[in-house]
Amino acid sequence: MKSVLGDRKAITLLLTPALVVYTLIILVPVLWSFGLTFFTGNVLSGFEFNGIENFTRLWGDQYVHDAFWFTVRYALLVTLFQVVLGYGLALLYHFVLRKSSVLVRTLVFFPVVLPTVAISILYQKLFQSAPSDGLVNELLVNVGLSSVDWLGSGATAFVVVVIMDVWRSVGFYGVLVFSGLLDIPDDIIESARIDGAKTFSLFRHIVLPMSLPILFASFIFSINGTIKVFDSVFALTGGGPGNSTTPLTLYMYRTAFQYSDFGYGSTIALLLTIMSLIVTLIIFRSSRRDNTV
Amino acid sequence: MTNTLETTAVSTSLRFEPHRRTPWDRAKHVLRRVPAWLTITFLIVVTAYPLFWMFINSLKSNSDFLSNPSYAFPEVWQWENYAIAWETGNLATTITNSMIVTFPSLLLIVILGSAAGYALEVLVFKGRAGVLLLFLAGIMIPLQMIVLPLFNAFYQLGINNSYLPMILIYTASGLPLTVFMMATYFRAIPREIFEAATLDGASMIRAFFAIGFPMMRNAVVTVAIVQFFLIWNDLLIALIFGGKRDLNTIQVGLLNFSGEYGAINYGPLFAAICITVVGILVLYLFLNQRIMKGLAAGAVKG
Repeated sequence: MKSVLGDRKAITLLLTPALVVYTLIILVPVLWSFGLTFFTGNVLSGFEFNGIENFTRLWGDQYVHDAFWFTVRYALLVTLFQVVLGYGLALLYHFVLRKSSVLVRTLVFFPVVLPTVAISILYQKLFQSAPSDGLVNELLVNVGLSSVDWLGSGATAFVVVVIMDVWRSVGFYGVLVFSGLLDIPDDIIESARIDGAKTFSLFRHIVLPMSLPILFASFIFSINGTIKVFDSVFALTGGGPGNSTTPLTLYMYRTAFQYSDFGYGSTIALLLTIMSLIVTLIIFRSSRRDNTV
Repeated sequence: MTNTLETTAVSTSLRFEPHRRTPWDRAKHVLRRVPAWLTITFLIVVTAYPLFWMFINSLKSNSDFLSNPSYAFPEVWQWENYAIAWETGNLATTITNSMIVTFPSLLLIVILGSAAGYALEVLVFKGRAGVLLLFLAGIMIPLQMIVLPLFNAFYQLGINNSYLPMILIYTASGLPLTVFMMATYFRAIPREIFEAATLDGASMIRAFFAIGFPMMRNAVVTVAIVQFFLIWNDLLIALIFGGKRDLNTIQVGLLNFSGEYGAINYGPLFAAICITVVGILVLYLFLNQRIMKGLAAGAVKG
């Protein structure tokens, strides 16, 4: 039978098209992009070799430092909220609402499928302060506070970006963790309950340890996504005011397409790729260690 | 007959006798549900209200939006905002463009992805694990790392101002997840089915098209739906390769609309967002279980 399943013609015919497309559009460009880091210039003006200048520039570039730290702060904070709130939602679905959670699940998942651009523009208007107050400022004024120019300063714009991205994605993490909770056998929880475990200790000693794998998976997925954040900041703040909400992805986009430096853009992209790689490896390592203990 | 009656009587008395509910018990039971109900109400308000807010504001005139509280209903319901948004936002063109890039990409992703998933899971050859790993690595790679060389290449080939670059990139970037998910799905199908088919004289290729692919119908639909949302909602690739006005996808179109006309025209801007959101919401309501499961499966495997 092995000879049948090892049919060379079939393997070639079925695997090759996907492999070719994937290689030409993803793998080759990754290597090529690495090569571009030693050049400066763009498609129209041509490229010029400049050695490791892009790397020394990257090292000393204040904008890169700012964008790097924005990316890190944003990724950590949003990941934390996504996983913790998502876990809370999942517990609510599984243990409180049980069978009747479908409606709430469906509704809270709404924003996940909506286009980020549409949500960003909606949030711009929700948090607007001029020429008239948006909903958020109206609420603040109604409870006796003063309205805030949310998108006018870096600190508050950061808050809006985080709120929006958590709002937009938390339903997804709720469902993701929920599907993991479903795998915990009911009889384990049932027997713990019969043994007299109270809600909190049941959670602390049974549910939490048993949901660690799915929490790790959510964490990996979340941080990998948040490191690459682009759509939401681009459409919500455009990276501003100034450069205060510019992640590396957006700085890379600007460098390449507004300042037309593909070589330096590739260098920033490389930094981003290395960050994703390191994060993935670290998490894989730590999750493996935890699983063996 | 009497027998069954007796047994039911016995069992009910057994179940209810020990704790007869006092009004206090019932109140406690209701009180215990209060936090849950508050949480649910909060979730519903936080999720649905912004969308409702957007809808009522899509029907206001500019002066109405600027001078009255934005949570109030419109003074006059300006349905023509939708016509204005449709016209000035070029929505017919941008929606068509989105379809032109999304559907061929989906078709390619499904066909190439499931064929490769089948080859990598069902067929036996050297280096199989390596190839699967190579595909998997693609999930980690940020699109930023591939766009510049591709921009270069497509420019040299002279196809920069067409739909082709977008279709190719969407297809390729959808493959890693699809190949991996399809391989996982094929794992659940017993090999004997394919082996039996070859005994009946079918080649492995035919076995794929006649048996493997049809058996995967559900998985294929799930994968296609997940990829649909990823491609339809993409901004980065659409911005770089569909930046020319006649290639604008719906997301780029909406972004431009908000910059050019939306800054001064609130009603039509909200109307334009509503239009982009409504189609997606309807689709979602029809397919929500599948979308949730598909996205969750993709995430855990990715």
